[in-house]
Amino acid sequence: MAIGLGHYLTLSAILLVLGIFGIFLNRKNIIVILMSVELILLSVNLNFVAFSAALQDLAGQVFAMFVLTVAAAEAAIGLAILVVYFRNRGTIEVEDISTLKG
Amino acid sequence: MNWTLAMPELVLACAGLAILLVGVIPRANMNQIVSMLVIGALLLAGVLLLGQEDGIAFGGQYVADAFGRFMKLLVLVAAALGLVLALDFNEREGLAKFEFPVLLLFATVGMMIMVSANDLMSLYLGLELLSLSLYVVAAFNRDSGRSAEAGLKYFVLGALASGLLLYGTTLVYGFAGTTNFTRLAEALNAPESAPTGVVLGMVFIVAGLAFKISAVPFHMWTPDVYEGAPTPVTAFFASAPKLAAIALLVRVLMGPFGDLAAQWHQILVLLSAASMILGAFAAIGQRNIKRLMAYSSIGHIGYAMMGIAMHSRVGLHGTLLYMAIYLFMNAGTFAVLVAMRRGGRTVERIDDLAGVGRTDPAMAFWMAVFMFSMAGIPPLAGFFGKLYVFLAAVQGGVWWLAVIGVLTSVVSAYYYLRIIKVMYFDAPAGALDARPASLSMVMAGAGILNILFFLFPAPVLAAVQVAVAALMG
Repeated sequence: MAIGLGHYLTLSAILLVLGIFGIFLNRKNIIVILMSVELILLSVNLNFVAFSAALQDLAGQVFAMFVLTVAAAEAAIGLAILVVYFRNRGTIEVEDISTLKG
Repeated sequence: MNWTLAMPELVLACAGLAILLVGVIPRANMNQIVSMLVIGALLLAGVLLLGQEDGIAFGGQYVADAFGRFMKLLVLVAAALGLVLALDFNEREGLAKFEFPVLLLFATVGMMIMVSANDLMSLYLGLELLSLSLYVVAAFNRDSGRSAEAGLKYFVLGALASGLLLYGTTLVYGFAGTTNFTRLAEALNAPESAPTGVVLGMVFIVAGLAFKISAVPFHMWTPDVYEGAPTPVTAFFASAPKLAAIALLVRVLMGPFGDLAAQWHQILVLLSAASMILGAFAAIGQRNIKRLMAYSSIGHIGYAMMGIAMHSRVGLHGTLLYMAIYLFMNAGTFAVLVAMRRGGRTVERIDDLAGVGRTDPAMAFWMAVFMFSMAGIPPLAGFFGKLYVFLAAVQGGVWWLAVIGVLTSVVSAYYYLRIIKVMYFDAPAGALDARPASLSMVMAGAGILNILFFLFPAPVLAAVQVAVAALMG
């Protein structure tokens, strides 16, 4: 069986859903949320590269490069904010992020 | 390639890099010097913007037109006002670090790229440049647990929204074969034959942008982030990024997806109705004035989206006018919020404004003007903003949306008027600290614009007219 565009799209859709569920169902640790965000971005990249190959068009691969770069910057900022948060609170449990509400 | 078209953005970005270098010189009042330099750079970009010609640059990534110029001028004004509000506040709160103005400058570059985006790629890069700067400024008060929590929440939900937007981008790219707005518009000119993948992708993109303008049901982050972030940062969040994201939404929906209006019309109508209703009812029980302003801003976005949903010249006219007026109402209100300090500490409960009518009549007067304007009481500017979007909804045949708009205006008038009642009729809770002249100037300037708008609306209306014509022909 040859692996076609449909397989790639299905895999990337599964990764996207896993990432979204990882953000909303995870009740333990903020690091897991950061990992889920990365998973979403990777599913996007997979989509871009698969479409780019199927369409014989380079724009998708260029876009994937940009997404990779931005994802690195985003991860850096996310971890930095997490460190600031940990210094103030001494915990990174998701359940504890509830001072602001109303 | 006509790269000189993007001169305002290029100058601003290079100025940002240069100012970052100036900032590391060890001097006592570096924050003020850098702030002044940044305001100078924003002014310079504004001047360059006024002399900009129309055209398309960078291989179709960037478009310069009257619509972009109008929105970018508003964004520049909003960014400069945000910086002015922060100047004195940051000194007093021990936040006087030179990175703050530089981050606002980079956020402004991102917003200008967003407004001028003519390709999903430049849309994404501009949006991320804005978002990454905003995540950092939300957590800027790093010794405060509340600020760090606000930054963290904004980051997680913002990253999720960017992810959804990107996923939509991939679907549009894959099923339409291009990311360029002009070519997308050509590929999608027959709505019946538009691939389902493109429509699905468009829904994802609208969801991602709805998060940035905090439209219901993508608003969950707004109250927490508004409450936790330092007040001048909240002021900035409530104005400039919303203007830029609304501009982006308009450009995406009117340009590449203009012929799919039948598909997105109902989504936007629902988002608009839900935002207006939640903005009106959720704010009623709030005791914290920053939280109240968060719900109020959700409601205002609902009114602004009413105009976009109509997909007509009148509707777009209403939306642009609404955002221009919203900018000045918002700047004035937040100048008052930033001035709310007692005994050297910020206070942010509504009750802390008690008796300000007697202890500080000038501030109470301006706050009353802004509250009346937000509630939409004629002849203040806010009334005309609402009038034009309601008019568009009635002309577009969705009269029930205009009825919801009028009813939610009445409900929201309750909490706006309650602030005025607290200021003038409650027993004073003690005088507020003396405020710096910059805040008084912002209050007075925004207040005078709000009061006198009905006498001299012609220049604003003409500018809006030109901007609408550039987009809808």
